[in-house]
Amino acid sequence: MLNYVLSRLLTFIPTFIGVTLISFAFIRVLPGDPIIVMAGERGLTKERYAELEAQFGFDRPIYTQFWEYLTGVMQGDLGNSFVTKRPVWDEFFTLFPATLELSACAMIFAVVLGLPAGVIAAVNRGKFFDRALMSTALIGYSMPIFWWALLLIIVFSGNLQWTPVSGRISLVYYFQDATGFMLIDSLASGQKGAFASAVSHLVLPTIVLGTIPLAVIARQTRSAMLEVLGEDYIRTARAKGLSPGRINGIHALRNALIPVITVIGLSVGTLLAGAILTETIFSWPGIGKWMVDSIFRRDYPVVQGGLLLIAVMVMVVNLTVDMLYGVINPKIRKR
Amino acid sequence: MSLLRIRNLSVDFATASGQFRAVDAVDQDVDTGEILAIVGESGSGKSVSMLAMMGLLPWTATVTADEMTFDGHNLLTMSSAERRKIVGNDLAMIFQEPMSSLNPCFTVGWQIKEALRIHLGLGRAERQTRAVELFEQVGIPDPAKRLSAFPHQLSGGMNQRVMIAMAIACKPKLLIADEPTTALDVTIQAQILDLLASLREETGMGLVLITHDMGVVAETAERVSVQYAGQKIEEQAVEPLFKTPYHPYTSALLDALPERATERLLPTIPGVVPGQFDRPAGCLFSPRCKFADATCKSTAPKPCSAELGHARCHYPLNTDQRIAS
Repeated sequence: MLNYVLSRLLTFIPTFIGVTLISFAFIRVLPGDPIIVMAGERGLTKERYAELEAQFGFDRPIYTQFWEYLTGVMQGDLGNSFVTKRPVWDEFFTLFPATLELSACAMIFAVVLGLPAGVIAAVNRGKFFDRALMSTALIGYSMPIFWWALLLIIVFSGNLQWTPVSGRISLVYYFQDATGFMLIDSLASGQKGAFASAVSHLVLPTIVLGTIPLAVIARQTRSAMLEVLGEDYIRTARAKGLSPGRINGIHALRNALIPVITVIGLSVGTLLAGAILTETIFSWPGIGKWMVDSIFRRDYPVVQGGLLLIAVMVMVVNLTVDMLYGVINPKIRKR
Repeated sequence: MSLLRIRNLSVDFATASGQFRAVDAVDQDVDTGEILAIVGESGSGKSVSMLAMMGLLPWTATVTADEMTFDGHNLLTMSSAERRKIVGNDLAMIFQEPMSSLNPCFTVGWQIKEALRIHLGLGRAERQTRAVELFEQVGIPDPAKRLSAFPHQLSGGMNQRVMIAMAIACKPKLLIADEPTTALDVTIQAQILDLLASLREETGMGLVLITHDMGVVAETAERVSVQYAGQKIEEQAVEPLFKTPYHPYTSALLDALPERATERLLPTIPGVVPGQFDRPAGCLFSPRCKFADATCKSTAPKPCSAELGHARCHYPLNTDQRIAS
C-alpha cells in the first residue's frame, strides 16, 4: 500500500510540471498586459513602462521567465500578487477555507440525498418513483446554475425572506477568523445567533452548488445498483433469506459504491476548483471568485499559482479515491 | 407426505416480445433424505422451477401452481417475510458459479456468520465456533484462518465448499444444488459430489441436484426427473432409467454418453430446444425425435402412467406397444 502511494506520488511530478507550464502559458496567451491594467486610465510613459517591464522581468526571454517561475515553485514560492503585493500562497489559504466549507456542505448535501435516492430508484425500477426521480435528476443536471441560483434567491430570499441574499454571515457579527471556516468560527465566538446566521447564509449556495453533483450521484448510484442487483451474489443473499433492506443496503450498495465513489471524486475536484458561478452570484469570498477577478486583472502570479494549487488538490482527491476503491472492494486492493 | 410437493407448476416470463413459458405444468416430489436429480439441456427450465419454489425469480416472472408445499408450509400463499424465515434456513440452495455467487466485498467468514445470526440468532463467539465447525465439515483446511479470506483469494472448489457450508449452516431439510460442479475442474467435481452425498448421509437432508451431466446423475442420484423445454418428460429411479428409458429424449440423452458410444463419432441429438417462437404444436420433442409421426406433430402427449415413468410420449420406448407398432 505504501509503495503504491509513493509510486502514485511520483507520477505527480510530471503532471505538476505540465500544469505549471500550461498555467504559465495560458495567462500569457490571453490578450492584455498587466502593466497597462495596473496603470489604469491615466496611462503611463514609455520610460515608466520599460522600467516596470524590467521590474517584473517581462523584458527577458519567455523560457527564462518560466525557468525562474518553476524554480520558485519548487522552493515553495508562488510569487506575489501584482495587485495586492501579498504572496499568492497566503491569499490562497485565506480564501480557500470559504471554498472548502461551501464545497464540503454541497458534497454532503449531494451524497446524503443522492445515494439513497439512487438506491430507492434502482430497487423500484420502472415504477413511478424511479421515473419521477430520474426526470428530476435530469432537470437538475441540465439546468443552468446561474438561473437556478437566481430563482432560489427570488423565491427564498426575495419573496419568502427566509434566507439572506449573499455573503457568509450577517454584518452585525464580528469576530477574528481563527480557522477560516465560518461555521466553526461563529460557534467558537460564542456570540448569540452567529452560528444560525452562518448556517442560513450557507443554505442557498449549498443547494445551488450541490444540485449537479446530486443529480450525477443519484443517476450513477441507480445505474450501478441496477447492475449489481443482477449479480449472482445478490441471488445468494436472497437465497439466504435476508431482508430486502439488508440485501440492497449492505450486499448491493457496497458493490455499487465503486462507480459512485468515482463520480463523487470527480465532483469534489470540480467543486474545489472553485464554484465560480455560485461564488460570484452569492458574493462568496472563495477561490473561484478570486481566480476570475485575477484573470480580469491579468494578475499572472495569482492565476498561475491558483491553478497550480487547485490542480494539486484535484490530484490528491483522485489519489484518495483510488485508495478508497481498495477499502470498499478488497478484490481491487493494490498489493 | 413428501417434504416438497409441487403440482402443475408453470412459470412465465414477460419479455419484450410477449410471454415466454419457461416451466410448463411440472409436478415434483422430494422426500426427506432423498437425492433427486433434475436433468435437461440448457433452457429446459430445470433451474427456473427450483428458483420459483425458492422465490428467487426476477419480477418479470409469473409463477402459477396448483400446489406448492414444503415441510407443511404452503409456499403459494405465504408472504415474502414468512418465506424468508424458511429460505436459507430449512430450505437452502447453492449455485453454478461459486466465484460469482459470493459477495466480493465481504470475507467468507462474514458471509457465513451472517446466515447464522439472521436465522439462528447466535452470539459472536458461538458464530465463530459454528463457522469453524462448518468449514471443517465441508473439508476446508485451516478453517479458522480461511474465515477471514475474501472469495477472490480462494479457488473455485474452495468457494463452492464455502457456499455449501453456508447452505448447510442452519441444518436445512432440503438442499437444492443448481449445477454445483459445472464450473469446476473434473477432479474437483467428484470431490464436491462426494461431499454433497456424504453430507446427505450425515444430516439426512433431502437433496435436489440440478444437472445436465448424465454421468453426475448416475454417480449420485436415486431418482431422476428429465425435463425438456419446460416440461417434465420422464421420471424414474436411477437404475431403471438408465436400463429402460421410456421417452425417446431420455434414450437419446443416454446414447450421447461417451461411455456408451459404439462408433467413432459421438451420437448427438440434432436440432436445439425450441424457444419462444418455434414451439411446435404437438409434442415439444417431435421436431428432433426420430420416431415422431403425424400424431406427435399435431397432438401434445399426456404423461403416461407411473409404470411408464410418467413419460410424456404417445409411443413410449421399451414397451410391448412400441415393439408391436
